[in-house]
Amino acid sequence: MAGLSSTIYNSVFKRTSTFALACVGAVFFFERSFDLTSELLFDKINEGKLWKHIKHNYEK
Amino acid sequence: MAASVGRICGAGLLKPTCGLTTSQISSFSTTREWTRGRKALISTLGVLAGGAGALVLALDQSVKASDLELHPPKNPWNHKGILSSLDHASVRRGYQVYKQVCAACHSMRFVAYRDLVGVSHTEDEAKAEAEEQLITDGPDENGNMFQRPGKLSDYFPNPYANEEAARAANNGAFPPDLSYIVSARHGGEDYVFSLLTGYCEAPAGIVLREGQYYNPYFPGGAISMAQALFNEVLEYDDGTPASASQLAKDVATFLKWTAEPEHDDRKRMIIKATGIFSLLIAVTFYIKRHKWISLKTRKIEFKPRK
Repeated sequence: MAGLSSTIYNSVFKRTSTFALACVGAVFFFERSFDLTSELLFDKINEGKLWKHIKHNYEK
Repeated sequence: MAASVGRICGAGLLKPTCGLTTSQISSFSTTREWTRGRKALISTLGVLAGGAGALVLALDQSVKASDLELHPPKNPWNHKGILSSLDHASVRRGYQVYKQVCAACHSMRFVAYRDLVGVSHTEDEAKAEAEEQLITDGPDENGNMFQRPGKLSDYFPNPYANEEAARAANNGAFPPDLSYIVSARHGGEDYVFSLLTGYCEAPAGIVLREGQYYNPYFPGGAISMAQALFNEVLEYDDGTPASASQLAKDVATFLKWTAEPEHDDRKRMIIKATGIFSLLIAVTFYIKRHKWISLKTRKIEFKPRK
């Protein structure tokens, strides 16, 4: 455990450049997963009511 | 101020349990020397004054006959929940009702055909809807206005040329623009639904002028719009039975959408905002505990110099 945390510290958190890069990367993955999860939740709650659920009836 | 408080309470303020303060304060009361009869007189006067005030207020409220209006009952709309979106099939049917019934008199000048795309119609359908209408455009190179079929970017056409023409055609009453009517009326979509389904015979004593109808939900009761929605007044494209209440429900949902086109996005944002802010609150709470723990667990000792 100590080995892992010191590896992470030395490779990511020690230098500002890698730390900033890690922030940017983490934000990308967090934002995508958070956004998709909340969209999924909204679609689940409103199953059958949204336009995307009924549009196949009207598209040729 | 601080000096007089200090004089009254003395060191009692600094003590954790201050039994001294309450006993001292009660001795400053000016009613202690009153006789029993005087106390009874004062309290009787107080009760009488309060009762008279309440009576006057109640009598005043009871004669406000101008406030006599029927408030629409709250209906269980399926977009009413805190995370519930509009029913877009109902919005689509409501557009059909608006187009075939309401649009004969009511304008909707803040809604364009492009707004329907992705909400109730596909792009091709919205284009076809727009092309059914003749839009006045111009001027051309000779300075004349001309008519052309509608485009996606056109707003819904006005049934009358101007407000005066609308009044002249409707016994002097102006059919309001319906774009934001749900936000503009007390009760919102409940009011629209109740108004459309609430026509009845005028009770005895109500005098209606020529071209007026009785609707208890309309402030004043006399409305210049005749009942417009009846069973089977039109046929829905998706086969839903077109009862009068179904028509009213669908058109109210459609008007809810035109008044609040951001309705669904707003409710989607509730989920996202709740998620993000609960994360941020947890982090803030942790940092607060982290920073304060050294202060909160510290013990200060006073060591007088020997």
